[in-house]
Amino acid sequence: MTKSKGLLALAALLSSTTLAPAETLRWARAGDALTLDPHAQNEGPTHTIRHQIYEPLIIRDMTGAFEPALATEWAPKEDDPNVWVFKLREGVKFHGGEDFTAEDVVFSFERAKQENSDMKELVSSVVEVRAVDDYTVEIVTDGPNPILPSNLTNQYILDKGWAEANNTVNVQDFEGGEITFATTNANGTGPYILQSREPDVKTVMVRNEEYWGRDQFPMEVSEIVYTPIQNAATRVAALLSGEVNFLQDMPVQDLERVAGADGLVVKKAPQNRVIFFGMNMGADDIEADNVEGANPLADKRVRKAMSMAINRDAIQQVVMRGQSEPAGMVAPPFVNGWTAEMDGASVTDIEGAKALMAEAGYGDGFSIRLDCPNDRYINDEAICQAAVGMFGQIGVTVNLDAKPKAQHFPLITDGKSDFYMLGWGVPTYDSEYIFNFLVHGREADIGTWNATGYDNDDLDAKIKSLASNVDLDARNADIAAIWDVVQDETLYIPIHHQVLNWGMGEGVGIEVDPEDQPKVKYFTMN
Amino acid sequence: MLSFIVKRVGQSVLVLLITGLVAFSMFTFVGDPIDNMLGQERTIEDVERLREQLGLDKPFVVQYYRFLEQAVQGNFGVSYRQGRPVAEILLERAPATLELAAVSGIFAILMGIALGVFTAIRRNGFAANLIMSASLIGVSLPTFLIGILLIYLFSVELGWLPSFGRGDTVDLGGWTTGFLTASGLKALILPSITLGLYQMTLIMRLVRSEMLEVLRQDYIRFAKARGLSDRVINFRHALKNTMVPVITVIGLQLGSIIAFAIITETVFQWPGVGLLFINAIQFVDIPVMAAYLMLISVMFVAINLLVDILYAFIDPRLRVAA
Repeated sequence: MTKSKGLLALAALLSSTTLAPAETLRWARAGDALTLDPHAQNEGPTHTIRHQIYEPLIIRDMTGAFEPALATEWAPKEDDPNVWVFKLREGVKFHGGEDFTAEDVVFSFERAKQENSDMKELVSSVVEVRAVDDYTVEIVTDGPNPILPSNLTNQYILDKGWAEANNTVNVQDFEGGEITFATTNANGTGPYILQSREPDVKTVMVRNEEYWGRDQFPMEVSEIVYTPIQNAATRVAALLSGEVNFLQDMPVQDLERVAGADGLVVKKAPQNRVIFFGMNMGADDIEADNVEGANPLADKRVRKAMSMAINRDAIQQVVMRGQSEPAGMVAPPFVNGWTAEMDGASVTDIEGAKALMAEAGYGDGFSIRLDCPNDRYINDEAICQAAVGMFGQIGVTVNLDAKPKAQHFPLITDGKSDFYMLGWGVPTYDSEYIFNFLVHGREADIGTWNATGYDNDDLDAKIKSLASNVDLDARNADIAAIWDVVQDETLYIPIHHQVLNWGMGEGVGIEVDPEDQPKVKYFTMN
Repeated sequence: MLSFIVKRVGQSVLVLLITGLVAFSMFTFVGDPIDNMLGQERTIEDVERLREQLGLDKPFVVQYYRFLEQAVQGNFGVSYRQGRPVAEILLERAPATLELAAVSGIFAILMGIALGVFTAIRRNGFAANLIMSASLIGVSLPTFLIGILLIYLFSVELGWLPSFGRGDTVDLGGWTTGFLTASGLKALILPSITLGLYQMTLIMRLVRSEMLEVLRQDYIRFAKARGLSDRVINFRHALKNTMVPVITVIGLQLGSIIAFAIITETVFQWPGVGLLFINAIQFVDIPVMAAYLMLISVMFVAINLLVDILYAFIDPRLRVAA
């Protein structure tokens, strides 16, 4: 090679970085899918990748509303409230060319209920799934289940014949380290076909030209290149340099930088996640405080005073740089049962809080330990630090103990924390989900995230009855009544709703999904 | 001689066992992996079943014993995060780290020696002084900052080089290499500089001071008196004698290039074992952490053992003492 040729080659080498076809979505976020097996893990980034390849019967569109996917219609059976009838979409083919029929649905639900499945809790009420004909299935539940469709939006359908031929009828034993054909290969009905995948490095998908909704959805992305980039600064640099054109998990401190860059935009929306403090009110005495023989948190007035001490606007402006919505209840705004009135009910009133503390006999205050994660929610530790100062104003001396999430959450699970931060998302978009995990008294399979020690048998009975109440008006009235109790008891101190930011090139057209689940078939590119 | 080696090997095995024990006692403080492994809908039964299945309900000494029992049979367990055998993941990730370490090592040695010799010969020159001052920055700036600065300059501002990843790789029977594609070679540049910069300045400063020492020796003066050219004196006589201590240091530093690639790999999203280890810590992926730490300690212990044995060959006094 002559010298000039070498220089030319070098120049070509250096300039080729920024050139790529316009229809390629070069997509980065912090984490990668853990497996491709449709039922082996119930986790955000894993679902995101699967949603491009596999489809459930019903999906949520980018606003969170139901949209038909592999089912076209669904309704409870007229003469039997325990049965839901689903009409299936006709003429759908899997990527491998197999026809989609009712037997695939039956097979997939049976697979979802297997012991190794991580999706089995969501279909625990399902007793039987039967094929009436090739394009009708009936799902039988153990009692009337009015919100069954909400639990099906991540239940993917795979081809029975493909699974049998490739020996993946059983769900991968994830914890046992089993690798099956379905872990690394995928055969769905979805809008994109898996082309190659290196875990934690790169996943490439191409457009499914035979997709049933090819004309119905924009589907302007012809190729998806998905790369996890863990380091926040590198992730933003990759967007700024044009190496990626779609970014999730934007660091809050870089939002202005990206929004101000040529050719890049930042879009935001409230996320389906509310951040709050929980308090152990159930114990007679708690370990984390300096009060002997009594539990100050057991007094409703103390809990109310602590909630009144929090200046949510200050947290929003100073800690979150505007990227949050102050909250008054522990439900995100999309959820059935949420009301603007309750969510706006939080007030900051230091004098009133002091008066309440004095009334409760804690006029001189007390000290308590606050457990806080430092790598789970946006600015989690900084929020706790700000709260420490605010609690100090009413005489509550808070000792902050911030830890990585792997150490923080076991404290809540094992009931070892008396005062803790927690965030909650509601995949079913219904208050029942919140009540089941955060309000119902703690038992083996319900109330599992309720570390407040709150246990109200009447309320628990009401919560349990929600599951089978088919009269939606009566059910909503019950939900409102339960919320009244939760709000009145100040079971939790709500802080704010997280705001989700996606960064993208100007040509990429998509609105932010509250569940942080981009579905690429809705994307436009120009 | 044989008894010396046997004794050294025995000590090395003991060091390894103690390292492992310390590592396992630390894992209990890293946190509980169970919540990371199960979704938020998990029941308390699920948690208990999994904890028992993984043996996490046992004391760490028992966990360590089980790990050793499996490890000597070549089984390093299953990653909690990826659900695949750890040995397989490590083998898959090793080429990325080894290639990066090799390129940074070569960069550090070549540049370090060249600049060291240059600054020694032109002791009071302007360029030499500039290089010496600049090298102070190289030693004092933390690696992640250097990486981010390089990304900012060459990826964001100039758009010449990629900011993350390995580029396209070619699979040569289980060994993925980035040496055979243009994007793979480009992707190597920034991470290698970041990783090798500290070692380069170290080698450079060492070469310079050794060289200055050697240049004062009588035989150099005699060589000058004999009328030999500067080139012959500097490179044939002086440099050769400079290299003895330098090579020892280089050998030891190569081990640390592999071990401390963690930060560089995180900044550049380099898919090697260091990034794997960082992921493992965040997820409390105990099998991966254990295997990685054991691997690194085996490497260091082996290097030290080799050095000890070599010394014994070279220095008869050690043999007598043994």
